[in-house]
Amino acid sequence: MAILSLAWQSLRNRRSTASLTVISIALSVTLLVGVERLRTEARASFANTLSGTDLIVGARSGPVQLLLYTVFRIGDATNNMSWQSYQDIIAHPRVAWSVPISLGDSHRGFRVLGTTSDYFDRYRYARDRQLAVAEGQRFADLYDAVIGAEVAEQLGYRLDDSIVIAHGASDVSFARHDDKPFRVAGILARTGTPVDRTVHVSLEAIEAIHVDWQSGAPMPGISISAEQARTMDLTPKVITGALVGLKSKVATFQVQRFVNEYPQEPLSAILPGVALSQLWDLIGIAENALLIVSIFVVVVGLFGMLTALLTSLNERRREMAILRSVGARPGHVFALIMGEAGFLTLLGALLGLSLLYILLLTGQPLIESRFGIFIAIGGLSGHELILLGAVVSAGFLVGSIPSYRAYRLSLADGLSVRV
Amino acid sequence: MVIDISDLEFRWQTDAPTVLSIEALGVEAGECLFIKGPSGSGKSTLLSLLAGVTTAAAGTVRVMDQALESFSSVQRDHFRADHIGYIFQMFNLLPYLSMLENVMLPCRFSARRRAQALARGHGLEAEARRLLQHLDMDHAELHQRAVTTLSVGQQQRVAAARALMGSPELLIADEPTSALDADRRVSFIQLLFDECREVGATLLFVSHDAALEHLFDRTVDLAVTNKALSDRVEA
Repeated sequence: MAILSLAWQSLRNRRSTASLTVISIALSVTLLVGVERLRTEARASFANTLSGTDLIVGARSGPVQLLLYTVFRIGDATNNMSWQSYQDIIAHPRVAWSVPISLGDSHRGFRVLGTTSDYFDRYRYARDRQLAVAEGQRFADLYDAVIGAEVAEQLGYRLDDSIVIAHGASDVSFARHDDKPFRVAGILARTGTPVDRTVHVSLEAIEAIHVDWQSGAPMPGISISAEQARTMDLTPKVITGALVGLKSKVATFQVQRFVNEYPQEPLSAILPGVALSQLWDLIGIAENALLIVSIFVVVVGLFGMLTALLTSLNERRREMAILRSVGARPGHVFALIMGEAGFLTLLGALLGLSLLYILLLTGQPLIESRFGIFIAIGGLSGHELILLGAVVSAGFLVGSIPSYRAYRLSLADGLSVRV
Repeated sequence: MVIDISDLEFRWQTDAPTVLSIEALGVEAGECLFIKGPSGSGKSTLLSLLAGVTTAAAGTVRVMDQALESFSSVQRDHFRADHIGYIFQMFNLLPYLSMLENVMLPCRFSARRRAQALARGHGLEAEARRLLQHLDMDHAELHQRAVTTLSVGQQQRVAAARALMGSPELLIADEPTSALDADRRVSFIQLLFDECREVGATLLFVSHDAALEHLFDRTVDLAVTNKALSDRVEA
């Protein structure tokens, strides 16, 4: 204890250089634990892009592909599923609710999603949060559209603006449904999910804009006006897929098997959680790269401490001789430098954590509104504690280098004072 | 006898030439001994041996009736902490400790000196203040200053107080007055004498300043006593 209090007093005496070392360790700890926290939260947020949905159903394909086009609006469906098949599936006694999804059109680069009003009630993200209409309302009229927050922001849309849907996913499509323009009826609050980049219309509207189309092009010589379409039967013939909720989780595999073995049409039912984690494994390489970079930043921070301690040793040989003269053993000299390294590392880790929490507290609302990643400000996770423990251990390990050098110097110098 | 050296041989490495060779040297308790000798005559080497930092290649070095060569290095460190006060030539103080903390430093490493200091007065700080007062250093103004801002003479007096803290039996002073002017040298030595006599400590005072010699009970000239040196000169 005596030697530790000496180490503390020695550090206080060199507080300006010690502070710089502490700050560099603190910043590296903030970065490391911050990256880890963001990584975990981004992963959780990603996994929560869709929650509360037990199965996603679509034409037969791989789970990741089905997830990509139904949830992330990336790529296209290999095939559609018939409305009749959909009706058969939702008639299954274990199915509690379902939301049909119809994709294939776009608006100025943003995907258009045909669905029912249930979508706004059933779609859940970020640990069971519901979609909220920030302005306006859900679609009431056939030609109403509800747009995501980013669509509104990027295209500068306001309520009651008129928009034209283009056929296909192309950004500059020459095939436009310009005879049936839509009105922006509502703008959704930001979610940080692909919903923000989606234009939502009703399933009937998707049917209406395609009544005079065939095989991706307008039927020659036939033109049905927007008002005429209102009078027609707009029950969809095909949809792209559906989100399905079950009465009990226990029934998941039973219903999944029912869909996968559906005899009239080749269909797939996937578990969104499983597909999401498969997808994350594909794109998660970047997060590891980020973690490796921040580990290197910590190594640089600790090397700063090593440099500071090593360069101070020569000018401290007199101090060691004085300590030896009052009975300090070379082991005490080792403990003195080790104590200093320990204090620097611990202070750096504590300051780094404090800085991280300050940043999280101030940045949380911004990160949530800008990126849709909700960062929970709780205690340290087990993994974060392991990282911190590793930093502190590395600090002690690095500290042992100048400590051992001081030990050797004090052994060689004895009571002779060298400068 | 506080120090009893016989047939001492010291060399830095086993195959290196002998740098210190003393047939016999005894110092009685309470004696104030002046050790002189030119540079390279083995003064610092002798002090290192007496302080137990190094050990003899041959012969015995007995301090307080203990043969230091029979001790392990840890035991010698303990022995030094318990029984020896040491004053360097200059810059004796740890810059990050206050004047009082510097004086109390030996008590951090020696339970014996701590107990002895406590036995003398009303706590460690009171004992440190008492010693500083004897050396005319217990002023409020001085306590508030960083030790590095004290004059060399003041620093040496604080160092003397530290060496005397906890009443060690042996005080070793390695040219402690070399940075002081002539007047202050004598007064500093007088202070050391007074303190040593009060506690009955033995003083080994190393200096190459012959003008101080007459103040001491006895002189040991290493140019004569160190046979390794005279052998080298003859060779």
